[in-house]
Amino acid sequence: MRVLAAMSGGVDSAVAAALAVDAGHDVTGVHLALSQDRQTLRSGSRGCCSVEDSHDARRVADELGIPFYVWDLAERFTEDVVDDFVAEYAAGRTPNPCLRCNERIKFSAVLDRALSLGFDAVVTGHHARLAGGELRRSVDAAKDQSYVLGVLTPEQLAAAWFPLGGMTKDRVREIAAERGFAVATKPDSHDICFIPDGDTRGFLARRLGSLPGPVVDASTGATVGEHDGAYGFTVGQRKGLGVTAGDSRPRYVLGIEPVSRTVTIGTADLAVVDEVRTAVPTWTGAAPALPGRFEVQLRAHGTPVACEVTAGDGGLRIALAQPQRGVAPGQSAVLYEPDAVRGDRVVGQAAVADAR
Amino acid sequence: MTYLDHAATTPVLPEVLAAMTEQLARVGNASSLHASGRAARRVAEQSRERLAEALGARPSEVLFTGGGTESDNLAVKGLFWARRAAGTQRRRLVVSPAEHHAVLDSVEWLVKHDGAEVTWLPVEPSGRIRPEALAEALGDGRDVAVASVMWANNEIGTVSDIAALAATAHAVGVPLHTDAVQAVGQVPVDFGASGVDALTMTGHKLGGPMGAGALLLRRDAECTPLLHGGGQERDVRSGTLDVAAIVGLAVATVTAVGRREERAEQVGALRDRLVRGVTAEVPDARLNGAPLDDVLAGGPGRLPGNAHLSFPGAEGDALLMLLDARGIECSTGSACSAGVARPSHVLLAVGADGERARSSLRFSLGHTSTDSDVDAVLEVIGPVVERARRAGLGRR
Repeated sequence: MRVLAAMSGGVDSAVAAALAVDAGHDVTGVHLALSQDRQTLRSGSRGCCSVEDSHDARRVADELGIPFYVWDLAERFTEDVVDDFVAEYAAGRTPNPCLRCNERIKFSAVLDRALSLGFDAVVTGHHARLAGGELRRSVDAAKDQSYVLGVLTPEQLAAAWFPLGGMTKDRVREIAAERGFAVATKPDSHDICFIPDGDTRGFLARRLGSLPGPVVDASTGATVGEHDGAYGFTVGQRKGLGVTAGDSRPRYVLGIEPVSRTVTIGTADLAVVDEVRTAVPTWTGAAPALPGRFEVQLRAHGTPVACEVTAGDGGLRIALAQPQRGVAPGQSAVLYEPDAVRGDRVVGQAAVADAR
Repeated sequence: MTYLDHAATTPVLPEVLAAMTEQLARVGNASSLHASGRAARRVAEQSRERLAEALGARPSEVLFTGGGTESDNLAVKGLFWARRAAGTQRRRLVVSPAEHHAVLDSVEWLVKHDGAEVTWLPVEPSGRIRPEALAEALGDGRDVAVASVMWANNEIGTVSDIAALAATAHAVGVPLHTDAVQAVGQVPVDFGASGVDALTMTGHKLGGPMGAGALLLRRDAECTPLLHGGGQERDVRSGTLDVAAIVGLAVATVTAVGRREERAEQVGALRDRLVRGVTAEVPDARLNGAPLDDVLAGGPGRLPGNAHLSFPGAEGDALLMLLDARGIECSTGSACSAGVARPSHVLLAVGADGERARSSLRFSLGHTSTDSDVDAVLEVIGPVVERARRAGLGRR
């Protein structure tokens, strides 16, 4: 098989590429240049698209003896991921850019180009199991990335390969060390790659400027403060609200109304929801029979909750077995079919439109 | 393996390898006063004389450097600094925008950090710089520190009339530097007859070692050093002489220049067959630069080994990757330090749009090229271009 290995410069994609070579495939490494400003060296190893990371990826490819190229996808990444991220926040929603990147860049622009160039598959270092067209959680629960892959379609999954889903992150590092890869001890990246300093609010402020509005307490309807931009808030957020309401009970963001830029806050009892409505879903395989019982995960690294899903208004209506806090519009509700043996299977996902 | 990237670097000539190997086994710093030092000095100076003779220079005009990039930096910055020190109104650089980055980035550094100004010369669609354009950009030349125009372009292979350009610059008292890295060994290069004040050349483009080059600098040209130290190389370029590399550089230069005519004929014939064959397979492929049979001042107007083609609708980096997978090595032109393919600044300078600039490939032939190399390209180029066209670069 002719395989294209997407190599970020991190340890996971390095080992994934190595395993593809070991399996006897004809492997070509590609590093995706996603940042418009390539020369800006990011601090440390953070950021998935710095010059340093490109060099790290190239080092591994050279050790593996595979061809290596850099593909410049900065323009598309800016349009489809970064601009989308900013627009979603501006509209009062909370996007997941990694999921968007998988949907629009890695398993769309890159996969399409790979297939037209004569490759049979794209291999990545994602921690998720994929066998027989079924996408499942990684054996390493702490590193599982099935959530951000939940948006993939059967066609996209058919040409994807995730060789790391069956092993722990520790094992991945061991393999890298055994092979003498310098990236074996490279720290994990936790931040959004285009916001390497982790200051999302600062990034959005630079992009969107000051858009002041009121902070309203839901129980009294009173304006309890002002903010510089509703984009600085996420539904469910507790810290950094910058206001004091009448009593000392903690307040949470309940909702963001983008037109009047009103941020509504309230006490914990008001912040919980037990029903989620979504936009149009995507499925990783054949659409499931609805209504149906699943588990739903409402954000990356969130805890899955049992739920009952029915179709409604073009999207889904998800009734949660236990009430949840911090279900923000724009986030992806990823549905799983629990399976303790083979790993929970990803059924599909839909963007949260509303929660109550 | 089909190696068609001689403009990037060339296989080392066997006689260079032999001469360098012999020298590497010896001890001796050419600046030392004892017997070993004298022996090393003798070898270095013989090399200087041989290299000078091959290029129409005097031995004292040869400054050994670490290669083309260093020579370009030394010429542009050193001449600028020295000329401005002699006349503070001389702050302007007159330069072709199709130069190698070693010149362009030196110019931009001077503009950003040292109060220089730059006038970019207009470039003919062929890639040539005309003396009239230089004359107009220089004006009365009183505010100009130095002008720089390459002898032959590294991407599209176009040769400019350096003697005419030097005469034009001198008419208003401005020194001319030329980057002749690609020209030496491919077209006739006579430093003295050309009249230029400074000329960059390097070893690894003509069968010599990497990391060895020279700046030919007229005795009367004032040049402020970049590297300070032991005062080697006329006090303009300090650093212990790398005698083995210098021997390799000289042997390569003498050999390449000596065989130039015969080689140019062979390589030119192969190149012509390659271009005709490719355009037969891919009828809308377009040759960039001067015509294959272009003549300039009685010599070739285009490097005999250069074939630079655009393939409309195909991305250069997809073409390169597909050819690489089939054992054919060529180049797309410029890539930044991270390896991202960029539209060639040379093609943009000659007026090509971004699309054409991104869809181009450079095949460069040299002393090891054969008919079977050309055959190998012609066998696959049709399907490769077709496949690349189907694979846009995620653009809409």
